[in-house]
Amino acid sequence: MKKSALIPLAVFAVLVVFLGVGLGLKPREVPSPFIGKPVPQFVLPELMKDGKTISPADLKGQVWMLNVFASWCFACRAEHEVLSAFINAEKIPVVGLNYKDEAEDAKNWLAALGNPYQHIAFDYKGDVGIDYGVYGVPETFVIDKKGIIRHKQIGPVFDETVVDTLLPLVLKLREEKI
Amino acid sequence: MLPEIGHFALVLALVVAIVQSVFPILGAATNNAQWIALAKPTARAQLLCLIVSFACLTASFLISDFSVLYVASNSNTLMPTIYKVSAVWGAHEGSLLLWVLILAVWAYLVSVFSKGISAVMLARVLSVMGMIGVGFLLFTLMTSNPFERLFPIPLEGKTLNPLLQDPGLAIHPPMLYMGYVGFSVAFAFAIAAMLGGKLDAAWARWARPWTNIAWVFLTIGIALGSWWAYYELGWGGWWFWDPVENASLMPWLVGTALIHSLAVTEKRAAFKSWTVLLAIFAFSLSLLGTFLVRSGVLTSVHAFASDPERGLFILIFLILVVGSSLLLYAFRAPKLKSTGTFDLVSREMGLLVNNIALIAMTVTVLLGTLYPLFVDSLGGGKISVGPPYFNTLSIPLGAVLASAMGFGLFLRWKKDKPERVFSKVRWVLLVALVTAFLVPILLMDFFDIKAVLGVFLASWVSLTALLWVQEQGRSPFKLPLAVWGASIAHIGFAVMVAGITLTSVYSTEKDVRLVQGQNYEMSGYSFLFNGVKEIQGPNYIAQRGEIVVTRGSESIVTLHPEKRNYGQDTMPMTEAGIDGGFFRDLFVALGEPLGNDAWSVRIYHKPVVNWVWLGAALMSLGGLFAAFDKRYRRVRRREEKPVVQQPTKSDVKEAVA
Repeated sequence: MKKSALIPLAVFAVLVVFLGVGLGLKPREVPSPFIGKPVPQFVLPELMKDGKTISPADLKGQVWMLNVFASWCFACRAEHEVLSAFINAEKIPVVGLNYKDEAEDAKNWLAALGNPYQHIAFDYKGDVGIDYGVYGVPETFVIDKKGIIRHKQIGPVFDETVVDTLLPLVLKLREEKI
Repeated sequence: MLPEIGHFALVLALVVAIVQSVFPILGAATNNAQWIALAKPTARAQLLCLIVSFACLTASFLISDFSVLYVASNSNTLMPTIYKVSAVWGAHEGSLLLWVLILAVWAYLVSVFSKGISAVMLARVLSVMGMIGVGFLLFTLMTSNPFERLFPIPLEGKTLNPLLQDPGLAIHPPMLYMGYVGFSVAFAFAIAAMLGGKLDAAWARWARPWTNIAWVFLTIGIALGSWWAYYELGWGGWWFWDPVENASLMPWLVGTALIHSLAVTEKRAAFKSWTVLLAIFAFSLSLLGTFLVRSGVLTSVHAFASDPERGLFILIFLILVVGSSLLLYAFRAPKLKSTGTFDLVSREMGLLVNNIALIAMTVTVLLGTLYPLFVDSLGGGKISVGPPYFNTLSIPLGAVLASAMGFGLFLRWKKDKPERVFSKVRWVLLVALVTAFLVPILLMDFFDIKAVLGVFLASWVSLTALLWVQEQGRSPFKLPLAVWGASIAHIGFAVMVAGITLTSVYSTEKDVRLVQGQNYEMSGYSFLFNGVKEIQGPNYIAQRGEIVVTRGSESIVTLHPEKRNYGQDTMPMTEAGIDGGFFRDLFVALGEPLGNDAWSVRIYHKPVVNWVWLGAALMSLGGLFAAFDKRYRRVRRREEKPVVQQPTKSDVKEAVA
């Protein structure tokens, strides 16, 4: 066997190493500029409680999540069951940010699928969504006791997301002191 | 019920594929005639299973069976029927099913058009194709089953990616896959030859038409994709050096090199191990393309659903297929002795230059595509490689290639005199030089040295190709198809070079703000903006603009660029208004509304941009002509006899006797 005949195999081996490492990296996971920053403040009407308003300041001191959803969003339907189960099991306060939606549609949607949210902020014009850099509904933010965003999930929450990311993070954040 | 039948047929196809990949090749190794004879029926049975499976999925789409997750995710009842059908391969799961179906079609065709091939060889070829089939069927069934059910059943499905709701896109993936998968035939032939330890002229003759046809499909597929990006995406360009585009370009470049090196292997018994290596590379790069597209290791405009788990599966498959074939190559290549020798000035040398230029281009594209991955792997952060890199390196290589093309046709095999070749082409050289200066000066707006170079190379390549046909000294109707094929393909390349150069140098592109009733002058044309209306399409709502184009007092055309919204949280789509022509395209796309009846409008004047695709079409036609040359069929029949008369050690007929 000539050594030169092995060259293609050697080149291929190097290529495979890089491809393998590349699998572990996620090019789409561009680091979010929101991580580590205080949660953007807002005051919005509550969807389900007429006349009341909700603001992130109301939740200070506890670990909570903000979930951007809308009745027109198909993927929100896909994550709803998983998310609801997680919320109910962990008793974690969650603010639903009802994004660019009609109030009636959102209420029907929640009536049909169940309402896991403690509060629902009604962001009809989508201004708050802009402050949160929302570009792929659904999105989920995890916020710590000091009101700092610690994690941002773009796209639906699946079982693996809960087990691998959200649950460990929430448990860890609950241990943290203010 | 239908989805279950489809799923079952898919499992059955896997079982058949396992039999196809194990027994014929073992039979070839142990001279077991019955096992060898399994090759053809298993290949055909696999196709049958996959047709059933594919038909079931298509039927599920046509009757909008939203209990199937894949159907619900990619179609709804409002979609026109043609897009319900094209939605079958509109996303990951279905496109994999299409991939395995096409692989089975190729294997079937090999099993049918295999008269000249010895049974042992055919058994090996079909087994190798069976193995590839097993890999992809496992992949489909384990990670991406298109028949997965959904419960509760939604009343309405999502929508097919609006980008794909276009007739050009409906046929782009199947064409591309025919090309990608088609290279598996040349690959299987190469593996079979290495296993048999014999690689002769007959082998190259079998491989040539198959390689040509795969290459033709790939050419059409890439051209359709590029054409679609131009008029559907409204970006106004025809090539973006996007990773997914590059993934299809690499096998094309290697395939082009393979077509030419096969000629040397057939005619001169030279370049043998090199040809085998190219056959392996062409298919490996097709697999690599699949990996890049499906795993999401690179960010691309083609935002396909990607997932690392699937990526891992393809990576393992890639390692098995490419690693084992390169290992086999390492052991067997030294035995593939090339007997033909040649001088510095000879056709072999011309084709060597062709091969080196094409491979250098492939390496350029490969490095540029994977460089962001290398940097990220080594902790260097996220970067991207832009068109300047690709253009700077590929344009000189293309120029080398084009220069060699003109001489190459006139070179004699083995040994030639430079003076003889030069005396044949000197007039062409002169005419090409004059044309190169006249075209920019007389026909274009301004003089540009890049345009001179481009027009020179294009005239040089096309005129030498024509002269070469005339040189054959026979009536054009009696010439072999292969001669016509080579000539047309070379002219196609020339047309493309001219199109690329002139449109890059002389295009005018403007983004302007227009109010209703406002006029804009560009490149001698006047664009009158008549405002935007909302219209209702079959499954979208569109903002439709009207722009009346005139030139002097002559009315040219009224263009209707649109911005379509397909609802369901999808991106709005830009549908450009294009007036296409042989010599120029007028291209108008709607941008954003700027308030008070004003819109941002993108207006392009693009000279000869259609030549890019015309060139690709001519190249495909040339490839097709060459593949159907009578020689391949005639020689095959003659080839059969010696095989029967002198059975070799590995020949099955001896075993039977």
